[in-house]
Amino acid sequence: MSLLIGALTIGLILSLLALGVFISFRIFAFPDITADGSSALGAALAAALLVKGVHPGIATAAAFGGGFLAGAVTGALATKFKINGLLAGILVMTALYSVNLHIMGRSNVPLLGQRTASNYAERLGASVLGGERNLNVWGWEVTVLDASMLAAAFLTVVLLGLMVYAFFQTNLGAAMRATGDNSQMIRALGVNDDNMIILGLAVSNGLIGLAGAFLAQYQGFADVQMGIGMIVWGLASVILGEALVGTRRLGLAIAGTVMGSVVFRLIVAIALRLGLNANDLKLITAVFVFAALILPGFLKRFQARKAQVSRA
Amino acid sequence: MLEIGAVRKVFNPGTPNEVRALQGVDLTLDDGSFVAIIGTNGSGKSTLLNVVAGTFYPDSGTIRLGGADITRWPEHRRAKLIGRVFQNPFSGTAPSMAVAENLALAARRGKPRRLGWSVGRQMKGELLERVRQLNMGLENQLDDPIGVLSGGQRQALTLLMATWLKPDLLLLDEHTAALDPKSADQVIELTDQIIQREKLTTLMVTHSMHQAANLGDRLVMMHRGGVIQDFRGSEKRRLRVDDLLARFEEVRRAEQLDETAAGMLRQAYV
Repeated sequence: MSLLIGALTIGLILSLLALGVFISFRIFAFPDITADGSSALGAALAAALLVKGVHPGIATAAAFGGGFLAGAVTGALATKFKINGLLAGILVMTALYSVNLHIMGRSNVPLLGQRTASNYAERLGASVLGGERNLNVWGWEVTVLDASMLAAAFLTVVLLGLMVYAFFQTNLGAAMRATGDNSQMIRALGVNDDNMIILGLAVSNGLIGLAGAFLAQYQGFADVQMGIGMIVWGLASVILGEALVGTRRLGLAIAGTVMGSVVFRLIVAIALRLGLNANDLKLITAVFVFAALILPGFLKRFQARKAQVSRA
Repeated sequence: MLEIGAVRKVFNPGTPNEVRALQGVDLTLDDGSFVAIIGTNGSGKSTLLNVVAGTFYPDSGTIRLGGADITRWPEHRRAKLIGRVFQNPFSGTAPSMAVAENLALAARRGKPRRLGWSVGRQMKGELLERVRQLNMGLENQLDDPIGVLSGGQRQALTLLMATWLKPDLLLLDEHTAALDPKSADQVIELTDQIIQREKLTTLMVTHSMHQAANLGDRLVMMHRGGVIQDFRGSEKRRLRVDDLLARFEEVRRAEQLDETAAGMLRQAYV
């Protein structure tokens, strides 16, 4: 049971990553690999500050700020300097590896015994649930700690998801969506589309930095390697989410992305439980994303051919 | 007032594909005048429009609009002064966004975009009002993605968007060329209506002799990167499609003569 709740909690935390990838990949159609660096950057910033005794709220906000800057740099490289978007992301991601090592001072920072956002979640849960150690949920024993982590993650994600949804309905957010949809049109309406891309990638990577910070505080450490493969996790969640809600309409797509992340984590947890080698996880995720990317086109061609055959 | 002065533009200079698209074009549009540009293929009419819109900069020459020198203004900055309808109905709208959202984007052309609601209650009322005036029955489709509409409907909406805030200059780039004849007529009628009502300064590139003869108060013919004819006032009003065809034929014949003459000269002297 604890395993299931843990998977749900990590799925929710990583749904912030998925939302970030949704913004770069779906709204701007920009393949932004900065995610691998900015998620670790968020974790590194939060951990380094927490170890110094900084308030968890400020440490977490700093992680957002760090990711925001990283995304802005990628955006500027891609627009102002006209570097290929993929390459711009790779450059920033690679540079961030060194930056993260400098921030942490070593490759791994444990947070045991530090005051983190998790403590707040635990304390809040304890006060709401009246100090019991275990809860009974539909016949299962659940520790208060697990339950309050899950609840806190859920509330945070709902709040941030609503904020992202609202943001993309504002004048600024709508101009960003139009930039990704048809940049020629939005330029003709007086918007500097380069600036939209820079700001959009900044927001995207801010969310991803936030995911890294929460993940580090949840699992109790930050590691310089923890960002590897994050972009593929995020993509898998976005694609799975689209399959779940079956639309690209903004509100549902955002909800779907969060759901995709959670469902994906559940599948992973079950697969690991059934004996999947954890070392194969990234390979399987990559294959899954590959299949999800080519399947729609493949199916369409297959159906077209079938229709042709039946006509003939 | 739009003043185009000695504008030149060469594509792929110094290569075998060099194209001298504009070779010193001078053109001045008075406020409120509706000018149609017609020309042979490769005459530079679309290039001229793009240079005015800021899609690319001219190699030399100046473009002034309302007294300001906008020659080196980036496209998005000029958009504050210029409304634009593209040839391709897909170019002027954001397909996955709702009709209402597209229109709301246009309602802030050239204005700062911050964190106010894009489609607020007041905006919604205004949208409904303006879309109803189009008489195309689109007022029930405001929440649909604009990509599901037909080319004609999208082009009519793009026209509405380009003129939502009165532009100092309206640019129409063969904006009915990609439409079926019936939609094209509808869009042209709407175009004329809006331009007359708002007294818009308009530059319209067209491929249609019919439109060139019947629309606007001035007609400019372009050929090989330059203006070869400028019909205005009563001359323009008397102009018929047949006159235009005759004039084009004349140009074609002159060309042929030039080529044979050049060939004869080559034979004799090279």
